[in-house]
Amino acid sequence: MVIVGAGQAGGRAAEALRAAGHTGEIVLFGEERHEPYERPRLSKSLLLGEEPAAAACLHPRDWYAAHGVTLRTRSRVEAIAPKSRAVITADGQRVEYSKLLLCTGSRVRPLPGAPDGLAGVHYLRTLDDSERLAAQLTPGRRLVVIGGGFIGLEVASSALKRGATVTVVERQPTLLDRVLPAEIAARLASLHAAHGVSLRAGVPVARIKGNGAVKSVQLADGTELDADLVVIGIGVIPNTELAETAGAASSDGLVVDEYCRTTLEHVYAAGDVTNHYNPILERRVRLESWQNAQNQAIAAAHNIAGKARPYAEVPWFWSDQLGTNIQMVGAAEPGMQIVWRGERVALGLAGGRLRLAVGFDAGGEIRLARRLIEARAQIPADRLADGAVKLKDLLAEATCSASTP
Amino acid sequence: MGVGWHEVPGAADLGDDEAIGVVLQERPVAVVRSGGRLHALHNVCTHQFALLSDGYVEDGCIECPLHQGKFDLQTGAPKAPPVTEPVRVYAVKTEDGKVYVDLGD
Repeated sequence: MVIVGAGQAGGRAAEALRAAGHTGEIVLFGEERHEPYERPRLSKSLLLGEEPAAAACLHPRDWYAAHGVTLRTRSRVEAIAPKSRAVITADGQRVEYSKLLLCTGSRVRPLPGAPDGLAGVHYLRTLDDSERLAAQLTPGRRLVVIGGGFIGLEVASSALKRGATVTVVERQPTLLDRVLPAEIAARLASLHAAHGVSLRAGVPVARIKGNGAVKSVQLADGTELDADLVVIGIGVIPNTELAETAGAASSDGLVVDEYCRTTLEHVYAAGDVTNHYNPILERRVRLESWQNAQNQAIAAAHNIAGKARPYAEVPWFWSDQLGTNIQMVGAAEPGMQIVWRGERVALGLAGGRLRLAVGFDAGGEIRLARRLIEARAQIPADRLADGAVKLKDLLAEATCSASTP
Repeated sequence: MGVGWHEVPGAADLGDDEAIGVVLQERPVAVVRSGGRLHALHNVCTHQFALLSDGYVEDGCIECPLHQGKFDLQTGAPKAPPVTEPVRVYAVKTEDGKVYVDLGD
């Protein structure tokens, strides 16, 4: 058994294979020097220096050998030979597999035209990226964040806490354009503005200027923002090339079925790299989340171990910014009807069904909303908006009427 | 200190699958009613800091509000990732309509 990609998905898959009773050898390849780790802390507690890097790791290094997992870090798999069932590493080694699981994840999307090697310009994807950035986040620094997505906003939040002056530049008119309806994203914009983050939405970056080290960021409208530090967070690209070259189908991610099987025989995939059908959302998705990295990997492991387990979960995501925990379940769709349930919970309906819930310090409500989305409940908007009607009761009604048609 | 039974105000009024968090002798404790029974456990998730009493109770488990890891209410055993370490459980009793938790040390 070979797993390519020693991130959260790869690490969890190895663990789940053992838990599911897989007794054969497991070889886990990772390009980084670190053992598998989770990324949420990279933009939060690790940037703040509140925890050591080890806190992000799934298991200590010796766990892998103790569980019969050969962890090969700093090791790049260059090719798959699907007919002879082997992978070939960059240093020319050939390792055969009975089953292959690809957890190759994603890489940062480069900003077109960003100068190479200019000091003070960062991306944030890996533990090493996080450590490099943390070392430079000192009080009084002027930080320009390019990209108003979750990574950019979390970096803004952490940098503010470290005493930096922060500007966030987003080319779209609203923050989080790809994942949240504008009305809900506006709440986040207010949160950041209230804490002193300067927001520049609706204007692209023209160029990053500097000589040896970054000096400023020039926007397309001519504005020049002085900068000691720049963090670019404009999305990720799935690492599909390895499998594509071997002949696997790919369409915004590696195409897998509900059992995490790619179109290549004996080859599975899980995590950021996959494009899969979500039966609850009733469409194909590619998810870049902690939940998907973990749970799709676990599902893949069970399927590989012969315990068929379709992967079907309501997408769930969280972010911590400026002391507020933001959780999101379901997914945004164009033209959604947005209903606020009090100040802290926004709900999105499409076709009369609840399909999205976003909570600000409202974990309990979001957990119930997740069940309502799962139940594909038809609930009138006015009842959802009524804080006096408990979501728990709506759920009981929905699941009751579903079982007695 | 900490030895013996400590009253938990408000626990008697818990509905099914509801939880409250209290601090007893400087120790955070969650009291949970599930399946008609009361349970008490240390209120902090063993994975990362979050109060379990803010979590979701279902099928004899409590789910952490932060990462949806699950613990068995009866034994404290981890039931869903990312939690791998059990959470401590405490004895509970009800007397004269009041709920008490034994911190046990």
